[in-house]
Amino acid sequence: MATLPTLDSALAERLGSHRVLTAREDILPYGFDGTAALKQLPACVAFPRDAADVAFALRLAREHRVPVVTRGSGTGLSGGSVPLAGCVVLCLVKMDRILELDPANLTLRAEAGVITQKIYETADAAGLFYPPDPGSMKISTIGGNVAENSGGLRGLKYGVTRDYVIGLEVVLADGSICWLGSKCVKDVAGYNLRDLFIGSEGTLGVVTQVLLKLLPKPAARQTLLATFGAMDAAAETVSAIIAAKIIPCTLEFLDQKTLRCVEDFAKVGLPRDAAAILLIETDGHPAAVADEADAIENLCHAHGATSVRRAATAAEATQLATARRSAFSALARLRPTTILEDVTVPRSELAGMIRAVDAIATKHDLNIATFGHFGDGNLHPTILTDERDAAEMHRVESALADIVEETLKRGGTITGEHGVGLAKKPFLKRQLGDQSYELLRLVKRALDPNGLLNPGKIFD
Amino acid sequence: MKSVVKTPTPQSANLLVGLDYSVLQQCMHCGLCLPTCPTYDETKLEKHGPRGRIALMRAIADGELAVSKAFGDEMYYCLGCLACTTACPAGVNYAELFETARAEVERQGVLDTPKRGLIRFWVVKFLFTRPRLLRLVGRALWLWQASGLQSFARRAGLTKLLPATLRRLEPQAPVIRRRFSHELMRPVEQPDRPADPARRVAVLTGCVQDLAFSEINRATVDVLLANGCEVHTPPVQPCCGSLHAHNGDLASARALARRQLDLFNPDAFDAVISNAGGCGSHLKTYGHLLHDDPASAAHAAAWDRKLKDIHEYLVAIDFRRPAGPVSRPAPTTPVTYHESCHLCHGQKISAQPRAILRALPGVDLRECAEAQWCCGSAGIYNITQPDTAARLQERKIDHVLATGAQTVATANPGCHLQLETGLRTVLSPGSAPRVAHPIVLLAEAYRAEHLSITD
Repeated sequence: MATLPTLDSALAERLGSHRVLTAREDILPYGFDGTAALKQLPACVAFPRDAADVAFALRLAREHRVPVVTRGSGTGLSGGSVPLAGCVVLCLVKMDRILELDPANLTLRAEAGVITQKIYETADAAGLFYPPDPGSMKISTIGGNVAENSGGLRGLKYGVTRDYVIGLEVVLADGSICWLGSKCVKDVAGYNLRDLFIGSEGTLGVVTQVLLKLLPKPAARQTLLATFGAMDAAAETVSAIIAAKIIPCTLEFLDQKTLRCVEDFAKVGLPRDAAAILLIETDGHPAAVADEADAIENLCHAHGATSVRRAATAAEATQLATARRSAFSALARLRPTTILEDVTVPRSELAGMIRAVDAIATKHDLNIATFGHFGDGNLHPTILTDERDAAEMHRVESALADIVEETLKRGGTITGEHGVGLAKKPFLKRQLGDQSYELLRLVKRALDPNGLLNPGKIFD
Repeated sequence: MKSVVKTPTPQSANLLVGLDYSVLQQCMHCGLCLPTCPTYDETKLEKHGPRGRIALMRAIADGELAVSKAFGDEMYYCLGCLACTTACPAGVNYAELFETARAEVERQGVLDTPKRGLIRFWVVKFLFTRPRLLRLVGRALWLWQASGLQSFARRAGLTKLLPATLRRLEPQAPVIRRRFSHELMRPVEQPDRPADPARRVAVLTGCVQDLAFSEINRATVDVLLANGCEVHTPPVQPCCGSLHAHNGDLASARALARRQLDLFNPDAFDAVISNAGGCGSHLKTYGHLLHDDPASAAHAAAWDRKLKDIHEYLVAIDFRRPAGPVSRPAPTTPVTYHESCHLCHGQKISAQPRAILRALPGVDLRECAEAQWCCGSAGIYNITQPDTAARLQERKIDHVLATGAQTVATANPGCHLQLETGLRTVLSPGSAPRVAHPIVLLAEAYRAEHLSITD
């Protein structure tokens, strides 16, 4: 990039040279995110302090026709923040202040770089509750969560990040700074453009601030751990719980491979011999929680659970949920490369989809472990492989295509919570159809006419 | 910025290239290590976190990056606290990666300066491989301190004449004990009431522990005797080699491990006991360190199985709980526990020291925030990276004081010194909490029990 020396020096002049990295040793660790087998060195990495810095950087990038990739903690799982050759990475982790907690309106306003866990803890300390809890919440940033519209273990009852963002500040490609949304519960002034940016994966603008809706903290919680001798029995139990009109806060599934890896790491007493387990949490009014927990326990037993254990303390419940959040990373114990899928199907299709994944693993001679948010139909079949084995990686490609095919056939979606990024890009058109796909591109062209914001993600 | 490689070497000799690639590949860069890394927390820069460091190591192994000064500096900015290994669900062996990377940095000499070379030779290679010489130096230091020369030099402002680095380090120097370990215990000591079946253990006396905390070694022997063990403590013991392995000198580390194996036959003991977190963590890896050496491999593997941290061993044998004084109730003392990184992260021993503290009559164990966060001592980190070390020390002291504890228990000499100097900078000696090894507290409780009976 012939123009870059001036671009990075202009950035350094505004931000200070310590906020602009160009040395190879400094930028190499920004060449990837949490996604397997994707890496690309950027030209430089800049750390803006506020929206004005971001606007400056975007104007500069437009002037120099240099692409910009926005990044938080780099824990994304679809390659959304993997750089492009010659690009500027805008890393927002130093914009990490919580700006306001408003207990009268139950809202919290934060800069994009605040860690999700800190938002949860800040709300919790005030007797409030921020439900979205992606697996990486201990280090993921709220800005990244908004960009990817992240989910988590509580999606079933509480929804995903989108359901809690009531306002945001976004910097557009031309450097203009827009505020969308308000603290009002009802607000229909103009188009709901806020939602356009949630889940836009950094392709339409750079989200610099978010206003979040909080809930009162549930008075009681109960966590249950049910053990099954067969995967089908666990799937049927999930259907039975939903059919009984119970919506637990969490309804998680782990197969044997996954639960063994998780147990090897977390040592929380998961039953290593079980074919599958369900981790279930109900929350709310103490009486309702007690009722639901009893009903769930009965349903588990009625559908073949070999045992049901209740967490005795809040600490034990937290330990179990934390262990579950480590599932994806813990699977890396088995093979060098873990390729994580994120397909989601209507809940009535769960048992069939699980069987289909099993058949696909056999067909392509691959090792696939499955876990996921059974309660909301979001599965994480994880292919355990080695990126250095070209022949096996070829079979992985075929298996991924088959999984997508099965998902779409069942009325599902290629991604429930990780985003399209680079990983799901080849499959988007098939899911959306030509006209809807073109509509997305029309929006992209309107907001980013020069195609400089995270280009090549979602679509080409 | 261009990478400068001082001594180009064939890629095949590169230790990171020679490393089993699966160890590097084990990191799937999920980032779950980042919130537990003190240096990432300090700067929020990826290269200062485990995931970034591993990416740099892998780039070197892949031939995409040269071993440069910047890389060397980064490897020495890492505390080596191993908090990332506790956080890592994928089970990355960061300890091996980190030691290999530092060894490669030394092999290529990218950080070499005449002064650094001189210090490394005389201290790491020479002094800390010669236990008798080390004791001689310790004796000289003791004389300097005990004779009043030290306080005279301080009062007279003579210490101001020292070069800046030494001037800063001088107040942090440990107080050398009048008597070293071999003067406090006999090579073999028998318990009054032997356990049935008999227990025979060996005690490792360490280097800093031997000179600056010999009473901890004595307490370790006392506690083992009180639990019916026959205790063997060879009077002259080599350094365990942890200093060398952590500082890129794997050859010396291997030589010292072999000397240790020559001195102690693991088959002759039920357990070989270490009471220092940092040493113990390294001592348990002799098997791996010597796996390529056919003459020592089997012996080293047997050693690893016998090597036990004192807390680990006491809990495993269901140590005798000290009874409170008979005549009067023990006054309640608030105590907090700071975890040595290499005890909790390196050896995953976290519950056992607490179990011992809770068993002490009159102890009110109060958890301190971030008990597993590095205190900044980190071997010789407080010498090599004084600014970061000082900030970590301050953070630690704040948390310790917030508990209101009168005693801070910790089980590693580096942490012990770091806490003592940290507390001394904010409080007068009379009002600062006492810093003590859990085993010293246990030995005192056994002694108090004995006194109350004879009273």
